[in-house]
Parts: sequence; structure tokens; C-alpha cells
Amino acid sequence: MSITIENLNKQFGSHKALDDINLEVNSGELLALLGPSGCGKTSLLRIIGGLDVADAGKLLFHGEDVEQRDARERNVGFVFQHYALFRHMTVFENVAFGLRVKPKKERHNEAEIKRRVHELLNLVQLDWLHDRYPAQLSGGQRQRIALARALAVEPKILLLDEPFGALDAQVRKELRRWLRRLHDELHITSIFVTHDQEEALEVADRVVVMNKGRIEQIGTPDEVYAAPATPFVYQFIGNVNLFHSRDHAPWTEQHGDAVAYVRPHDIDINRTPQDDTALQVEVKLVRTIGSVVRVEVAADGSGELIEIELSRERYDATPLANGDKVFIRPRQFRVFDTGVKNELSAA
Amino acid sequence: MPQFKAHSVLPGFNLALGYTLLYLSLIVLIPLSALFFKTATLGWGGFYDLATGDRVLASLRVTFLTSFAAALLNAFFGLMVAWVLVRYRFPGKRIVDALVDLPFALPTAVAGITLAALYAPNGWIGQYFAAHDVKVAYTPLGIVVALTFIGLPFVVRTVQPVLADVEAEVEEAAASLGAGRWDVFRRVIFPAVYPALLTGFALAFARAIGEYGSVIFIAGNMPYISEIAPLLIVAKLEQYDYAGATAIAVLMLLISFALLFAINGLQWWSSRRGAK
Amino acid sequence: MPQVSLTRRISTHESQSVTLLLIAVALSYLVLFLGLPLYAVFYQALSKGWKLYWEALKEPDALSAIKLTLLTAAIAVPANLVFGVAAAWAIAKFEFKGKSALITLIDLPFAVSPVVSGLIYVLLFGAQGWFGPWLQAHDIKLIFAVPGIVLATIFVTFPFIARELIPLMQAQGKEEEEAAISLGASGWQTFWRVTLPNIKWGLLYGVILCNARAMGEFGAVSVVSGHIRGMTNTMPLHVEILYNEYNFVAAFSVASLLALLALVTLVIKSLVEWRAKSNGNPLH
Repeated sequence: MSITIENLNKQFGSHKALDDINLEVNSGELLALLGPSGCGKTSLLRIIGGLDVADAGKLLFHGEDVEQRDARERNVGFVFQHYALFRHMTVFENVAFGLRVKPKKERHNEAEIKRRVHELLNLVQLDWLHDRYPAQLSGGQRQRIALARALAVEPKILLLDEPFGALDAQVRKELRRWLRRLHDELHITSIFVTHDQEEALEVADRVVVMNKGRIEQIGTPDEVYAAPATPFVYQFIGNVNLFHSRDHAPWTEQHGDAVAYVRPHDIDINRTPQDDTALQVEVKLVRTIGSVVRVEVAADGSGELIEIELSRERYDATPLANGDKVFIRPRQFRVFDTGVKNELSAA
Repeated sequence: MPQFKAHSVLPGFNLALGYTLLYLSLIVLIPLSALFFKTATLGWGGFYDLATGDRVLASLRVTFLTSFAAALLNAFFGLMVAWVLVRYRFPGKRIVDALVDLPFALPTAVAGITLAALYAPNGWIGQYFAAHDVKVAYTPLGIVVALTFIGLPFVVRTVQPVLADVEAEVEEAAASLGAGRWDVFRRVIFPAVYPALLTGFALAFARAIGEYGSVIFIAGNMPYISEIAPLLIVAKLEQYDYAGATAIAVLMLLISFALLFAINGLQWWSSRRGAK
Repeated sequence: MPQVSLTRRISTHESQSVTLLLIAVALSYLVLFLGLPLYAVFYQALSKGWKLYWEALKEPDALSAIKLTLLTAAIAVPANLVFGVAAAWAIAKFEFKGKSALITLIDLPFAVSPVVSGLIYVLLFGAQGWFGPWLQAHDIKLIFAVPGIVLATIFVTFPFIARELIPLMQAQGKEEEEAAISLGASGWQTFWRVTLPNIKWGLLYGVILCNARAMGEFGAVSVVSGHIRGMTNTMPLHVEILYNEYNFVAAFSVASLLALLALVTLVIKSLVEWRAKSNGNPLH
């Protein structure tokens, strides 16, 4: 089922949580809402799920306006950040809950409920835990039970709020892959919220980057990483060096308050100037981190450090030592006008 | 647009809040306001005369002095009881811990007649005092005994959790810096539990001021000497002196509210200190 | 001599003798003020033997006092239970303006002297009260009658259940309820299947304390009761009358029943606390 969001707005007191959001979610895709805490991503998820209402705007499921439909009628599966498992119920009863509260005429008989619950527990590979209580499970197990519970009502849309937020690094990585595989199997339109760029890039079909209640960019993981649309996306996804003035970025046509954004791995280092726009810098620190070598350099007369990442092979071709004078030049960069002054002069 | 209530998917807000407000108004707010309306009919002068009569002032003095003494006694011993319950292990500790709440559970009249019997000149405890020519029951001292019983759990129960929360590391740090055990208590532990102790004291004090059932049996109820303010209200009511009873009641109510306010402030203060 | 084990390392601990002294003083204080009175109630009640004890309890006035006390609690506790759940639901699960003022108002009856609690109903419904003339004209008696006793009892026990549930439900949050709704449950289904099972121990705790106070209330009830033997006497009031008649054995016999109630209350309370703690939802 596709989701269409038009001009959605939401205000909490004086805080604008969602500022004119427009978004199209394709049927069957796995979409990530990525952004720092407080960017409005959870508000958006809760509004889609019917747990909150928007102040203005339209929300359509498969072209049909669902604004007036409350949460229980939206056929949406919601997985909560802290799982919200019913603590007084066993794993089995948690998963069966959605089936048991159906209106009498739609309700399955006990044998059918049993069959379905075990089927779901097998799907999340936790059938052996069916008689445990949530308090007896590990974080990763709770997460999977919460997912099984949400899937029990056969939702057309699956919403996950920070699904891996409360887990430790190792479990998080495993569950990430598992979720991706599960999605490929079930093909339910799914949206998950995360503040972890790695998670979004690895799992999602498309990523929506949000900041301060607005959408900064929508694109495939490749697009948002390789071609960030805004300075925010540049800084939020991956590391980036900022060059604030022409003096430090002779290779640009930069002027005024424009800033050049360059990824650390998009910078070449040479002992001789590549061309007349190369910048001379001094090597301050060299660190080898696994397969990459991180070099920190500073332009002459500037305290600001520039971070450069080189592959092992590339570095071995020109090994560096602290204090070496070298030349750098970006292979790729982007300039954004950020200054107020500049905007005024343009007007 | 400013909203009265934030949106929620959970149902039942209007019903729950509506019922809450209705019930609160019928049981508490309207009856309490009756007290103030009645006072208003007395006029300021009438109220002043009734509230500052000799016997009224004497009863208030007795009430406050005995309540203060009892709360003080409880502050000291309550802190010690809390300390012992938190820090040490001894046989029967769980029973002792549970028993601390007895004054909350035991009807005040039962406490009253029992304490009166114990502290009467021929009672189990009273006889030892009598041997030294000290009368406990039927004197203000008896009131202090009853109020001490009533207020006992307050200090213990407010101090206990705070004391349990004092980190062993802080104490160890102080000890490693060369502080002796008494210094650690005085400079590290006591300042941490002080707000809770004060709150417990205020709660015990507030409870004691309004207390009636446990006191009247042991007090002797001599006007000007061992007559507490709540008893004077009852005495006035029995003489159908509604105006007099109301005036004292309003006075006590205002004092209670002031104490409630102070206690809320104390709790706010101690929670803020705890958050640091 | 009790065996004392130290729960902390010696380096940050009092000496053995100070420890023993503190325990001894604290326990003496508790024995003097709690243990001894508790023992004395039962001792006095049985001082003239079981026969007199039973007779004091079987006496018609005593029986009617027991009945009235049970009736009062049977009305006051459920009334405050329904209120407590409604108030806690509104306060803990929703955000609205004036919430903290509402919480303060709910606590108000705890700040009111029991005698004043009784007095306010006399001022409302007594012969000279606001509604007095109207009630008299319609031949309805509230004060010096059972309804007044019930009302005064409801007032003094008003906050017990609500103030137990509010912090508990606030701590539990509303995610489980939201999950239930998003899984298709109705409001009632959510309340009965999710909320209620989660608060049952806190609820029981509040009910136990509320019941103990409702059965034991003296001051407020005394003011509105009129002390009519066999009619408007609750157990605590009956204790008073017997005591003032110097019928000590009978007074302590009835009192011993109330003391037993207090002990049962404490036992259940401890069990509930222990149960809630072992379930990972401590009540406080």
C-alpha cells in the first residue's frame, strides 16, 4: 500500500515539529526517516500510525484519505522504540493479542489463533520462547517479538520507531540484516525511524533526511551520500570538511559567505602541487585505523584542521610524517551559500 | 492555538476527567467551601473574636507545642530507625520494617485507649514514671506520647529511600580523603538526607496538629492545660456553637494548607537537590 | 544477642559497638512505641479470659457496630476505587493544563484534620446547615445517621487509591496502551486487558490502606455520628463508649479486632510490596 503525505504540519506549543512535509512512499518499499533527535521524524511516524494528529495537511493510504480513521482502523503495525510489550503476558499472548481483540465476527477460533501465532514466532525464529515473559527476554528478542506482534494483525503498513536504538552494537548489526531479509520476504510497505546514518544507508530502499521539522533530501542511500542536497545532509551523513573562504579553497569560485563541503576521502595529497589551485598544508597527525589511514592537516597560518582519509594502498604510495609540507586538492566538492550577507546582496 | 489537552489515541479522557472533577467537587471542594462561607457570615470582627479567645489560644498553644515536641522526637529517633533499617542486617528486620507502618494501619481510637492504659499511673510504663512523681497520661506529656506514636512512620519512610540512595562511593571517597566515620556522617550523609528529614518532620508535625482520636483518651482534656484544638472544635459543636467551631476549624485549615505548601516546597527542593 | 553482620566494608563503617548501640536504641524505641502497645491491646482484651472476650464481641451493640463498620467500608472503598482509577487514568495517560493543581486538590483531604472533615458535613447537612432546612422538610436525615458516617469516611479516605495509582501509572507510561490500540483493541479492551493487569498490585495496595483507614476512622465519624448505640456507632466509636464507661475488657476486645485488622493490613501490604518488587514494578 502506498502512502501520500501532503503539506503536513504539526506544532507542539511554540515548537514546530513538522513544517510542510510532502512525501510519497511507494508500495512495498522500505523507507528510512533519518535525522537527529527532535527533527520531527518520530512525530511523522506517529501521525502516519494514527497515534498523533496533524494540525494541517493530508494523509492518504493508497489514495484514500485516512485522517478520520483512528489508529485501530488504519491496519498499521507499529513497533515501539521500547517495544511496549505487555509485561504481564507471555510471548505467545503478546503476539496473540491483536487476534484476540478482534470483533467477535472477525475473530478466529482458538486453534487458528494458535496456528498463526506459532507461525509468526517461527518467522522471527523465537517459537521456543513462547511461554516466557518479556522481562525474561534479551533486548534483541523483545524487538523481534514486538515485530511479530505487529505482524499478527496482517498490517498493510509497518512502522518502526528506532527499531534498533536500544540494542548493543553487535545485536544491532545482526537484526539490521535480518529486518532487511524479512522485508524482502514479506514486501510490506515499511517506514522506520533512525538517527543512525549507517543503519539507514544499509537497510533502506530510500532515505528521507529530516532536520528541524523539514525534509532536507529524499533519495536512495547512494544519492544522499554521494550527492547531498543541502549542507545539513552533507554534515549529517558521513564526515565532511568545511572550507569557509577562498583563501583556503583556491580551487573554487567561492566568494562571500559561501562554504565549500568536501568529504575526507575526496581529497588527494601530493608532495608537489597538482595545479595552481592546490593548497599547501602541513601534516599534523597520521593515524592508521584498520584499512584506512586518517591524516589531519592544517593550512599555513590556519589552526583549522582538515581531515583526509586515504586507503591503505594509496597511503603506502606516499607515506607521510608529521610536519611534512604537502599539497591537497579535492576531487569532488560542493559549494553552498549559507551567509545572510550573501542572500541580501543577491536580492 | 493553545489547547487544553494534547492529542492522544487513548480514549476516555473526557469521561475520566469529568468524573474526577465531579467527584472531587461533591466530596471535597463544595463541603470545604461551606466552611469558608460559614466563616464569611461571621464577619472579620466576629471571626477574630472567636479565633482569639483565651481558651482557643491556649488549645492552639498546646496543640503546637506538643506536635512540635513529638515531631522533633520522631525526627531524631526516626533518622536512627531509618539508618538501622537501611544499613544493618539483623534477625527479624523485615518484620520490624513492616511494623513501622503500624500507626498508619491501627485505628487511632485503639492507639488512644492503649497508650492511655500503658501510661496511666498504674499502667505498665506509667508506674515507673509515677515512682518518680512524673505523670504522663492526662497531662501534655501524654499528648506528646500519643502524637509521637501517630507520627512515627513519617520520618522513617521519607528518610529511608534517600539514605538507601546515598552512594557507597561517596562515603568511600570521603573516607579515602581522611574523614573519620563521624565526619563522613556529619559532612556527607547528613546533608544528603537533610531535606528528606525536614520533609518527614513537617509531615509528622502536620499530622499531629490535626490528630484527635489517639490524643483525647490520654490527654485528660483539661481546658487551658491539656485541651487540643480539634477537641475544642468538638466541644463547641456539642454545645451547638457552630460559629465558634467553624472559626477554629478555618484557622486550623489555613495552618494545614500553609504546612502542605511548605511540604510541597520541601519536596521540590529535595528532589532538585537529588537531581544534581 | 542478635547476630550482626556488616553490609559494607569495614573501612567505611561504624565500629561494632556503635552499630550494636544504634540497633539497640532504635529497636527499643520501636518496641516502646509500637510493640508494647500492640501487645497491650491483646493482653487487656484477654485479661479476664476468652469467655468475657467472646461475650463482649457477641453483644448486640458490638455486632451492630461491626456491621456498620463493614457497611461503611463496603461503600467508601469501592467509591474511592472508581474515583482513583478514573483520576489516575486522566492524570497519568494524558497531558492537559492544570494537572498539578488537580493532583494537589486530590491530596487535600490528607491536610484536613479529621474533626474538621466531619464538621464540614455538619455545616452542609446538619440542622443549621446549608441544606438542613430542605433536608428536614423532606424528612431526610444525613447527619447523626449512616449517610453522614459514610460521607465523612469517603472524605478522609479520598486520596488513598488515587495517590497510589497516579505515580505508578505515570511511571508505566502509555506505550503499552498505544500498542494495544494500534493492534485494534477498543478502549475498554485496552483498559481491562492491558492497564488493569499492570496496576493490580498498586490497586490492591491502595485498597488495603484505604480499607484500614475507612474501618478505623474515628475523629470525622465521631463528629457526624451522634453516637446512637446500636444505630450510628462504628467499631472505633463503640470502643470509645465502652472505654468511657470503664468497661475496659469489652473496649479492648473490640479494639483487638481493629488491631487484628491493622496487622492483617500490614501483612498484605508487605506481601504486595514484595510481590510488586519481584515482578520488577516496585510500587514506590
